[in-house]
Amino acid sequence: MRRVQRAVALALAVGLAGCSGWQSALDPHGTDAARLAGLMWFVMATCAAVWVLVVLTLAPALWRRRAPRPDPLALDAPRERRMRAVIAGAVGATVVVISVFTLTSFVTTRGLGVTGSDEPTIRVRGRQWWWEVEYLDRDPARAFKTANEIHVPVGRPVRLRLEGDDVIHSFWVPSLAGKQDMIPGRTNELVIRAERPGLYRGQCAEFCGIQHAHMAFLVVAEDEVAYARWLEIQRSDAAPPSGPEQEAGRAAFLSRQCAACHTVRGTPAAGTTGPDLTHVGSRRTIGAGLLDTTRGAMAAWIADPQTLKPGNNMPLVPLDADALRDISAYLVGLE
Amino acid sequence: MRRRAVSTGFAALVLVLAAGGCQREERQTRLDPPIAAALDGVALMPDRISGAPPAVYVALGKPYERNAFNLAEGKRLYGWFGCAACHGEGEGGKGPAFLDGWWAYGPSMVSIVSSIRDGRPHGMPPFRDKMTTEQIWQLAGYVQTIGAYSAKTAAPGRSDAKQRRPAENRAPAALLFDPGPTPLHPDQGPEP
Repeated sequence: MRRVQRAVALALAVGLAGCSGWQSALDPHGTDAARLAGLMWFVMATCAAVWVLVVLTLAPALWRRRAPRPDPLALDAPRERRMRAVIAGAVGATVVVISVFTLTSFVTTRGLGVTGSDEPTIRVRGRQWWWEVEYLDRDPARAFKTANEIHVPVGRPVRLRLEGDDVIHSFWVPSLAGKQDMIPGRTNELVIRAERPGLYRGQCAEFCGIQHAHMAFLVVAEDEVAYARWLEIQRSDAAPPSGPEQEAGRAAFLSRQCAACHTVRGTPAAGTTGPDLTHVGSRRTIGAGLLDTTRGAMAAWIADPQTLKPGNNMPLVPLDADALRDISAYLVGLE
Repeated sequence: MRRRAVSTGFAALVLVLAAGGCQREERQTRLDPPIAAALDGVALMPDRISGAPPAVYVALGKPYERNAFNLAEGKRLYGWFGCAACHGEGEGGKGPAFLDGWWAYGPSMVSIVSSIRDGRPHGMPPFRDKMTTEQIWQLAGYVQTIGAYSAKTAAPGRSDAKQRRPAENRAPAALLFDPGPTPLHPDQGPEP
């Protein structure tokens, strides 16, 4: 018996552990996510109460034995009246509950995404299978592109302009806000506001092709000082190579096909098909959340992207061991 | 009792047959280096048109012409390596067209592989250092479908973007050059 209890407790603990963490709508850290979670719990609690009431009403009805009646078709007027009152009451209660749900849902969704006018604006484009992130600015020279990692200031609303580049994707950071589709040829808006600093994981929530499952990104919520510092670093051009290995890597990067698809600001590499690599070493992951940014992971990715993420749009480029080592050193050094 | 055994056996047979349908086409993301090296050994005729494919290619069962995964990879390579810049989507441009089926060096895989790998006079650059051997073969298999006179049984996946030419398994060249009798409704095809 105790063993069974322990197993049940363990199963519950494991199940509930899934409700918290860096990607969970049940563990909200953003204003909108908290409102949505509140709405969800309200609906859930009400429905649970209704279910319990219905079952409690059904139980005696199943248990009770009917008294034998001489004529089953005969009308019993007072009994009919009683039943009519009960049914009318139940229908009325249902109407009230559904109306309250509708109203609460309307009020909650209307209150989502309310902003001022001068919040930071970020354009996020879903591409197969990564996220192009562009920080817009009134002064175009201060706008810049990055990929798969969005930094936001804590406690301030941030406006996201969501676009699809090839097929329909969906932007979803469960801990901060609800889902919003990214549709080619259309701009959808979403406002997120992180209430606590932290690392929140987001994912594509609309099946978009073979690597849909490996299309993740991170939202980094940090205080104003750290955010401003990060912006300054990202705006700057790529750091010059710090050693002979990086120097050779830069030369190989520019002479091979890499520059046809990737941009490294401050060098002639200006391709736009792949992610901007100007500060790729400062990002936490590569391949849209596939691997942590380490030199080994970077080398493995370049050596054979089609085995690590089959179907993605980066071809295998034949490189000898020296070129692979130099390029991976150069890229990881781009902080 | 006997009837039950027969029906059970029949059900098992149906299950086995249905499970057979689950088998996917083989996809190999990377070749073994010795096989890649052997595939590199194409023997061209002295005029550099056509020739003999390496023995290993036939032994493997001509995977780059018959395997849909390889054809689909070839289609992606066609885009990635900028073939369309000169050849368009087969209609040609700065480079010769593929769709017309009149190919200067013939439609054999050996010729196409050699054209991509070593380049050809009048502007076709060599891709020897830019692509692996198997990428060259995949691309060649796809290019072969563009002007083919007869359709292959395997075809690459459809494009996400608008396709401006007949599907790869429609044998466009045969239709271009032998339109057959005038159809009853010319607006409904068969037009390439």
